[in-house]
Amino acid sequence: MSETLTLLYGVMAFMLIAAIVAVETRDLLSSVLCLGALGFGLALVDLIVGAPDLALTQVVVEIFAVVLLIRTVVAREDTTKEFIRDTPHVAAMGAVIMAILLGAYICFQQLTPFGDPPMIMGASYMRAAQQAGATNLVTAVLLDFRAYDTLGEATVIFAAIMGCYALLRTSGKKEHS
Amino acid sequence: MRGMTPIVKTITALLIGFIMLFGFYIILTGHLSPGGGFAGGVICAAGLLLVVLAFGADTVKERMGHNMAVLWEGLGAIGFLAVALLGFITGTFFAHFLPQDVGFSFKLFTGGSILYQNLAIGLKVGAGLFGAFLMLAAFREAERGGRGNGEGDRS
Amino acid sequence: MTHTVLPFVLCVVLFIIGLYAIAVKKNLIKVIIGIIVMHNAVNMFLVLIGFRVPASGPAIAPIMTPEMGHRDEAVRALLSHSVDPVPQALVLTSIVIGLSVVALMVVMALRLHQKYGTFDLTQITRLKG
Repeated sequence: MSETLTLLYGVMAFMLIAAIVAVETRDLLSSVLCLGALGFGLALVDLIVGAPDLALTQVVVEIFAVVLLIRTVVAREDTTKEFIRDTPHVAAMGAVIMAILLGAYICFQQLTPFGDPPMIMGASYMRAAQQAGATNLVTAVLLDFRAYDTLGEATVIFAAIMGCYALLRTSGKKEHS
Repeated sequence: MRGMTPIVKTITALLIGFIMLFGFYIILTGHLSPGGGFAGGVICAAGLLLVVLAFGADTVKERMGHNMAVLWEGLGAIGFLAVALLGFITGTFFAHFLPQDVGFSFKLFTGGSILYQNLAIGLKVGAGLFGAFLMLAAFREAERGGRGNGEGDRS
Repeated sequence: MTHTVLPFVLCVVLFIIGLYAIAVKKNLIKVIIGIIVMHNAVNMFLVLIGFRVPASGPAIAPIMTPEMGHRDEAVRALLSHSVDPVPQALVLTSIVIGLSVVALMVVMALRLHQKYGTFDLTQITRLKG
């Protein structure tokens, strides 16, 4: 169990460094690539913890998102000026961060310790899972016990894609003529 | 979009069959091993994204235009709702109306209507993401054509 | 205390990095990157809440095998060695929704760049006149 924890902490440290580099660096292409590294680190965490379903989905989704971002970022001029740091701005940001950390510290005392969740998926789920006929318990939860949530998710994805179509609809017209 | 070199085009033409086959496999055996409709749908969309990148958006728009992507996505959404409403035959919303195998023997037709739900979701997610990316590539091509200045040969 | 809450605190630190990017950065793409970082932090937090330290051996996926039959204790043993399936299903939902939202944000950024010629937020939100 200790090597699992060591691996976990190592990958999380890698993710933190990748996130800091992705947010801070000036070149847009490098920050998008570091975002890809962050996503792959999350897939590694899923594998270490024992959730291969999530790792599979996370890898493919990360590839799609990085390709989308690279195609918008490359070959477009970026004329952003640097951020001017003045004291009220830095003080406000520091106060917000301190408040979040303090709140997290207080809340996490009440949380169950890491590695011992109280939820056992319910005795009724367990008994019904044997009669659901699906051997993959995650799919059984997603499509059999919680099918309403999947219907809601299908609706949200549909709405987002329709939004993309509506925004890109007049692409044939040239606006500079 | 101008597409890429002939090497990339040849390799894509050889590989696209295997990518789509793997995507369909992940969708179909979602209830037996890790995977499911969402992961399989995104894999199929990523394969079609490879085709759009390699051959250019104009070529793909002639063969499989934007209207067909919208049609398949609508069919996927209607299919999912149909599976849900057909559950009224045996009782409540979303009830299983097909027999379920009680012995979980890793066969394909166990699990009632989970298989059809997976298929509908995979179709919907795959077609939707492919259509969005196709419109994005065509929009970028129109924008570059409208501006007219050379921005290098990077696609 | 450290081993029991340190992974959660690291998730909160990742969340704070994303929040900092949204609040401070003036480039539209950096704001999108901040939103993606926050989304990944929340997904990781949900998965780590359901993590159960396996009693013996490595962690396994929650997939039932045929030799388990209908015995309750076999399923219970499987569930005590793997991540709880309910948070896994919710995070699976969340990951794909995140992809659609990223696509929508990228489309909006492209439209803004077409209209204003830059990704700079100070130029875009400047009042004319």
